[in-house]
Amino acid sequence: MLKKIEGFVYILGNDINTDDIVPSHTLTMRDPLEMAKFTLEFVDPNFAKNIDKGNIIVAGENFGTGSSREEAVNVFKILGIKTIIAKSFARIYFRNLINLGIPGIAINWNETLFSKGDGLEIDLQNGNIYNKNKGINITFEKLPDFLTSILEEGGIINQLRKKLKL
Amino acid sequence: MSYTIAEKILIQHSNLSKIAPEQFIDCDIDLIMVHEQLGGRIHEEYEKLGINRVWDPNKIFFILDHWVPAPTISAAQMHQDCRKFAKKYKFVHNMGMDKGICHQVLPEMGFAKPGMLIVGSDSHTTTYGAFNCLSTGIGATDVSIVFATGKLWFKVPESFKIKLSGKFNKGVMSKDFILTLIGNISTKGAIYKSLEFHGEGAESISVDGRMTISNMTVEAGAKFGVFLPDNKLKNWLKDKNINSYKFVYPDPDATYEKTMEYNLSDITPVVAKPSNPENLAKIEEVLGTEIDQAFLGSCTNGRIEDMRIAAKILKGKKIHSNVRLIVIPASKEIYKLSLKEGLIEIFIKAGAVVGNPTCGPCIGGHLGVLGPEEVCISSTNRNFVGRLGDPSSKVYLASSATVAASALEGKLADPREVL
Repeated sequence: MLKKIEGFVYILGNDINTDDIVPSHTLTMRDPLEMAKFTLEFVDPNFAKNIDKGNIIVAGENFGTGSSREEAVNVFKILGIKTIIAKSFARIYFRNLINLGIPGIAINWNETLFSKGDGLEIDLQNGNIYNKNKGINITFEKLPDFLTSILEEGGIINQLRKKLKL
Repeated sequence: MSYTIAEKILIQHSNLSKIAPEQFIDCDIDLIMVHEQLGGRIHEEYEKLGINRVWDPNKIFFILDHWVPAPTISAAQMHQDCRKFAKKYKFVHNMGMDKGICHQVLPEMGFAKPGMLIVGSDSHTTTYGAFNCLSTGIGATDVSIVFATGKLWFKVPESFKIKLSGKFNKGVMSKDFILTLIGNISTKGAIYKSLEFHGEGAESISVDGRMTISNMTVEAGAKFGVFLPDNKLKNWLKDKNINSYKFVYPDPDATYEKTMEYNLSDITPVVAKPSNPENLAKIEEVLGTEIDQAFLGSCTNGRIEDMRIAAKILKGKKIHSNVRLIVIPASKEIYKLSLKEGLIEIFIKAGAVVGNPTCGPCIGGHLGVLGPEEVCISSTNRNFVGRLGDPSSKVYLASSATVAASALEGKLADPREVL
């Protein structure tokens, strides 16, 4: 059973790519916490400073397009992002999100549904988001059970541990 | 049931007797390619599992290519972590750092064969689709799952049938076609899809050129970019002494989500303008744009056909005095062949800097990083903000012929004028 997720909306645009999220020059950094300081540095230079733990990213089309670098999910995890909502996701990025235990929700949204700072309550089990500021319910297509089962374990590594009794 | 190539290969690697698009299935992996990512997130995460073995050390292809030789201390440390891991887990196919770029070296050494299911820690793993196999990029955690179990989950993709007729005119290359396709369908036009290339047009394209197309299908969001097999592929494999394999054809009545048709003789030289691979423009629309750097290389266009056409354009000439030209063959084998054919000498005489095989400038790593406001024409695959250096630099993606022609002119130029 997945717990409800609560947080505040942080808006990002279309085609946010993996080089935007994790600029190449940070890729050889050995400390993930150090790398996370540079998250989206060319898109929103104060992102890492301004983002609060528990924020929910709401983005446009093709989120995470580009490289397979999983750091582009991990830096958000380090910064405490709980969920990413986007109009659409790039394939590898979506896999990486689920594998690391972060829900990715595809919704074709507009400003009437989400604005910066809105408080959300996300019910993954039933495919519903309650926007507290706007007082509206937003429904979405539930994730397939296969993916939900990975999220329930907190990521695919935990699922593997269980399977292999590690 | 009738199946596409993607469905056929996936079913052969599962324990199921039938599958359908959107279904989640577990598949056995034939080969996994891993590069510096091993020293990034993979090694620590895997060590934490405490398994102390990998499922099959003979099915791992390990290579260092992004930052070789190490340009910084942190890259050197990353390489140390990689080597330590490869040794501890007894990787059989440890390529080290002198062979070249993963997507060129792996097929060159005969590791990509028709019918295989290959994954790699790099989004451009789609390249091996040119060899009638299924291959795709995965992240670090997925690599750990494969290391531990030899299996991975897949969602069965829908396929697009791309029917090609005709052949390229002089000065037009497969890069111009794939940039045109991406421009037409956008970078989200094929998310999660398998692109299947059919027709006499596909057969007219060299295996090198097919690799360029499969390589960049990921820029349209695709999961696979796979070619039907033919005699050209058969001869390519024969040259590499690869004999045991079985070609995979789609069933004649397989179901495709979409069918698209292109006549290759209609394709003309194009570029992708800054800062997205879908920003398509005909070369005529950008002629005369001044450039500071031209880069020929990468897993997209660092092959022998790229070296040959660039050398043909540059032979006996000097590049423009305002321009720096960087040439990096994609592998040691291509480097050696280019030396043998006198191509490297042509590049050096023309004023190019020739580097050792590496991804190098393509990821803004080393050997030609761009400074503020600089403009570069590049034979690589992504022109995102900051990809090749400073975030204010601008990158135009183009074919190797267009890169060479532009280096001569000092501005974006039409290769048909100099061939």
